[in-house]
Amino acid sequence: MVQLFDFEKPIVELIQKISELQKFSAEKEIDLSQEIATLEKKVVLLKQEIYGNLEPWQKVQIARHPERPNFYDYAPLLFEDFIELKGDRLFADDRSVVGGIALFRGTAVTVVAQVKGRDTKENIKRNFGMPHPEGYHKALRLMDQAEKFGRPILTFIDTPGAACDLAAEERGQGEAIARCLQAMSCYHVPVISTVIGEGGSGGALALGVGNVVLMLENSFYSVIAPESCASILWKDSAKAKEAAAALQFTAQDLQRLGVVDEIVHEPQGGAHKDTDHTAGQLSLVISKHLTSLMSETPDVLREKRHQKLRSIGVYKEISQKSLDNFEKRLD
Amino acid sequence: MFKDIFRKTKYVTIPSTSTQKRTPADISPKEPLNISKKELPDGLWVKCPKCGEVLFNKDLEENARVCTACEHHFRISARERLELLVDENSFEEWDNDILTLDPLEFPGYGGKLLEAQEKSGISEGVLTGHAKIEGNPVVLAINEGNFMMGSMGSVVGEKITRAIERAIELRLPVIIISTSGGARMQEGILSLYQMAKTSAALGRLAENHLLYISVLTDPTFGGVTASYASLGDILIAEPNALIGFTGPRVIKQTMRQELPVGAQTAEFNQEHGLIDLIVGRTQMRSVLGRLLRYHQEGAQYGATV
Repeated sequence: MVQLFDFEKPIVELIQKISELQKFSAEKEIDLSQEIATLEKKVVLLKQEIYGNLEPWQKVQIARHPERPNFYDYAPLLFEDFIELKGDRLFADDRSVVGGIALFRGTAVTVVAQVKGRDTKENIKRNFGMPHPEGYHKALRLMDQAEKFGRPILTFIDTPGAACDLAAEERGQGEAIARCLQAMSCYHVPVISTVIGEGGSGGALALGVGNVVLMLENSFYSVIAPESCASILWKDSAKAKEAAAALQFTAQDLQRLGVVDEIVHEPQGGAHKDTDHTAGQLSLVISKHLTSLMSETPDVLREKRHQKLRSIGVYKEISQKSLDNFEKRLD
Repeated sequence: MFKDIFRKTKYVTIPSTSTQKRTPADISPKEPLNISKKELPDGLWVKCPKCGEVLFNKDLEENARVCTACEHHFRISARERLELLVDENSFEEWDNDILTLDPLEFPGYGGKLLEAQEKSGISEGVLTGHAKIEGNPVVLAINEGNFMMGSMGSVVGEKITRAIERAIELRLPVIIISTSGGARMQEGILSLYQMAKTSAALGRLAENHLLYISVLTDPTFGGVTASYASLGDILIAEPNALIGFTGPRVIKQTMRQELPVGAQTAEFNQEHGLIDLIVGRTQMRSVLGRLLRYHQEGAQYGATV
């Protein structure tokens, strides 16, 4: 049973009405084909209206949909081969971060992905997609390996955030993320980061330092979870919907703000409606960027990535005179 | 000389009921504990939030705002810290002409910025520039905790990045003193990517074989711990400073996990192998001075320091 959202109910109700009419028309042998055709047209329009104008909070719901495809759903559709490599060589194998060597359209690539579970049992194993430091250490180990062997890196981001428990603190969660950021910014190989579901704060960013950053149409990527933002701003986590709008974290927002390079199209209603189609779109867009990046020299790749990071941020520089006035006001 | 570095810290726990406390001479030992903050003449006396000792403000100032009774480190502003650390008149401020915009038109951000500027007296959450510490030239960045909890938005990220870039040009070491709640929510994804931007700049600094000392002070959390604050060649914390990724309140709320006493303190972090040194504020200048001297160019391969 596919979970339905409130905003999808009018569509479902209309579809039910059509099937009732069809049943009625068949039973009573009355020709209702015109009425049915009208309603079917209405369904198409309603779908366009609803799915075409999703609010940020509705996108959050789609991005967190329990049946939203995860990395393991896409992997066999994206890669001809995938050899999973486990462990951080230090402490443990974190199951919320999956990585290895894959064959992508004939090119050997290193893949690192965050993975949420599909059910409670799997979610416990994967800590709901929230990596501990050992997950980031594993990611770093595999990415360093890619740099060593000159393999392009593809990362897939899907996490509510980094693990936020005592164990994570004891093993240096902050340092583990920071090391990933620094290392990724220095690599000489192409790095493509794709947000496929939730992009939760620093825990997501740790895999997000790409030459190219892509986002699936209904994913989101935020400095803070909307619930937490609402509880800080309005002392009420129920106002997450308002916070979602204020944070401007949809793919479209991030493209406007210069963080995201391209948005990958999802089928109407979200990736879970058609995983094959979504994977096809992902493959096309990633392949296009990978081909383009692979034509650059290693030094240029690194420099361009650095320049991209360097340019993110919005501020103003003022004249000496306005500065003097400003400082007078502060005194 | 080295014994000071490896000296066991004496800042751990002093029971708040201790009778051994130093007390200002004109107050009898028992009285001060009963005096509430309200009854104290403004500005003359301060009550230590940790041990309750009432301290003569002038004594506190002279002791780098460290409680003379229990060594509790009071939070201090970036400017106060600057004065404690650098050689007189050696500081040259950089990039104070970069000001914050409100790119997301985030609810209430404009007002919060004005409030923070009034409260802190500086334009943004970090002070950057060039200075000398015990004669050693250094590029310095100090977070201002009074400015929206030292949080990092576009301006903090940009100023820190520029400071690191200039250190590479000038071939100077970098010291960043962190006090921060993390990435600034009000600038959304732009704040998040300042973590990557500052880390990238530090990556280049490292490739240039230039020293970076990160000093962590109370409190350092979130996106700042997960970026520049953790990337030092040497990580130094002030005694008892709270340092972590997730704040204790959030851990308690989301994980329903009660943190043990002393979790996320500097001492906890050191015990778990996450920081090199715990240095009291009154010793900080001398330790930084020595570390800078040992890393001066020409100090390698046995050249005399």
